[in-house]
Amino acid sequence: MKILVCISKSPDTTSKISFTDNSTKFDENGVQYIVNPYDEWYALVRALEIKEANGGNVTIISVGSSGDEAVIRKALAIGADDAVRIDADPTDAYFTAMQIAEYAKSNGFDLVLTGKETINYNGSQVGGMIAEALNQPFVSVASKLDVNGTTLTLEREINGGIEVVEVNTPAVVSCAKGMAEQRIPNMRGIMAARTKPLQVVAPIAVDQMTTYVNYTMPNAKSACKMIDPSNMDQLVEFLHNEAKVI
Amino acid sequence: MSVLVFINSKNGLQKSAFETVTYGKKLGDVTVITTGSLSADQLSTLGNYGASKVLIDRSVDGDDDQQLTRVISAAADACSANTIIFSHDLVAKAVAPRLSVRLKAGLISGAIGIPSSDRTVPVNVFSGKAFGHVKVNAARTIISLLPNSIQPEQLGGSCAVEDFNGNAGSAGVKVLSTKKPEGQIPLPEAELVVSAGRGLKGPENWGIVEDLATALGAATACSRPVSDIGWRPHHEHVGQTGVAIRPNLYIAAGISGAIQHLAGVNGSKVIVVINTDPEAPFFKAADYGVVGDAFEVLPRLTEAVKKFRASSH
Ligand SMILES: Cc1cc2nc3c(=O)[nH]c(=O)nc-3n(C[C@H](O)[C@H](O)[C@H](O)COP(=O)(O)OP(=O)(O)OC[C@H]3O[C@@H](n4cnc5c(N)ncnc54)[C@H](O)[C@@H]3O)c2cc1C
Ligand SMILES: Nc1ncnc2c1ncn2[C@@H]1O[C@H](COP(=O)(O)O)[C@@H](O)[C@H]1O
Repeated sequence: MKILVCISKSPDTTSKISFTDNSTKFDENGVQYIVNPYDEWYALVRALEIKEANGGNVTIISVGSSGDEAVIRKALAIGADDAVRIDADPTDAYFTAMQIAEYAKSNGFDLVLTGKETINYNGSQVGGMIAEALNQPFVSVASKLDVNGTTLTLEREINGGIEVVEVNTPAVVSCAKGMAEQRIPNMRGIMAARTKPLQVVAPIAVDQMTTYVNYTMPNAKSACKMIDPSNMDQLVEFLHNEAKVI
Repeated sequence: MSVLVFINSKNGLQKSAFETVTYGKKLGDVTVITTGSLSADQLSTLGNYGASKVLIDRSVDGDDDQQLTRVISAAADACSANTIIFSHDLVAKAVAPRLSVRLKAGLISGAIGIPSSDRTVPVNVFSGKAFGHVKVNAARTIISLLPNSIQPEQLGGSCAVEDFNGNAGSAGVKVLSTKKPEGQIPLPEAELVVSAGRGLKGPENWGIVEDLATALGAATACSRPVSDIGWRPHHEHVGQTGVAIRPNLYIAAGISGAIQHLAGVNGSKVIVVINTDPEAPFFKAADYGVVGDAFEVLPRLTEAVKKFRASSH
């Protein structure tokens, strides 16, 4: 089975979020980038498990600049066979998805995996867009994925529950918690990653459909009102009369 | 302006449907597209929130992303909609991106408000730690609205309901079975949420959390370690890597308030924190704080809520 795993970088989850250039750009100063947790913990690790059980090949793809190669090497260290970097700034989800779909079309994969969402833009957009561009079924927010020949059996979250579904390859799946356990790369993996093939591909021309004009920060909370632990009637009274939420 | 609102009516008309129709009405003339089996009588109540017309394709009864994409796209063409609205739920996360490619429309997902005068739409970014203001450069716009971002407005009246054939085609995804926990409020839609963390010490102690949730009519949630060790089901895990919620009230007991936890709950209108440690970081993000033992405070709060509910009805 040939699997393509889409990897994006995201700021380390403890990063301080701030903006520069008149609040139009994310301030990267001092920010550590990691592989987006959904892409790494769930999509990539499950792809490797499927390969280990059934044979095949796991390619990772990322749309980004040369500065993102450290993040790509990390994903290679966890065990992917080879990597592709589309050499472009991922301006929006549509642009990103069209680049990946183009590569997938000309290289024929049985399965394309993405994360459920990136933790910086939280769009949950790229996977569905790739699926439509490839005219393939899309199973989103899957928490389980089993392969039997050309049939995939999956569990996915639905509004208020879980659904077990079946779909034939080729297909696109976005991966969430439950699908696999995080793997820590070992020394051998890290050494091997240095020499694994990383192909750089020029982007195709794609219109940018959306623009982030600027960013704002939420209003700071006013000081927390402390309530005596023995006086819960007072808390209820505040929630009713002051906060008006009950 | 012609606005198309997609409503998932599989579980009846829910609050998210009223939110999206209200939102659409603020932008233009609203046509609703839905699938499934609700009666015309039930659907006509959407007129109360500002819909002019409801289209229903009764040939589709599931959530298949390819079928829904075809139907919504046909409806958008039928009413020449230049804006299409979804509630940002699990169906929208699969269908809205497909539709944006099919219609070459700009997709804004996770919207938390209506477009401002410069036509940008506010969205959550960095897991709620900041807001982005997004503009669409294409002729058509799709907006996926986070639940609990806008208050439904009843205008009175009802509307016409018409059968619609969207040429859905066949489903690519075959549903084998579904598991739905009975009688629970889906977390992303809940207005009141009671949540607990490792401070509760073990799964056998969750009774006091559930008692408070029952007294309030709230959904229950938990921190990540609690669902990782299997004390609570996965779907209750809120935060950066779990569900992001924005209820009116979030009560957190025995949760320290790590930045990754806050990322999933900082959109809540009011936060109450109960923790034995006065230095717990969560107090900085709270509106009301109680320094105390959850094992004593939760039952006391439950009693107080019951007393209040009994006296106000
Ligand atoms: C990449 C990444 C992603 C993550 N994503 C998430 C996420 O999505 N959601 C999430 O929740 N976490 C997430 N985490 C984990 C997060 O960093 C914290 O470890 C976690 O939220 C802590 O859970 P907790 O507050 O339940 O436990 P603890 O940090 O152990 O806190 C327990 C709290 O209970 C208090 N306490 C103890 N006894 C009592 C008592 N009797 N009564 C009242 N209070 C008491 C203690 O004072 C303490 O504050 C993530 C971490 C990483 C690295
Ligand atoms: N620049 C990128 N390069 C490769 N894959 C990406 C990129 N951005 C997003 N993805 C993939 O698409 C998923 C969803 O991203 P998003 O739509 O931005 O929430 C991510 O989890 C990744 O798997």
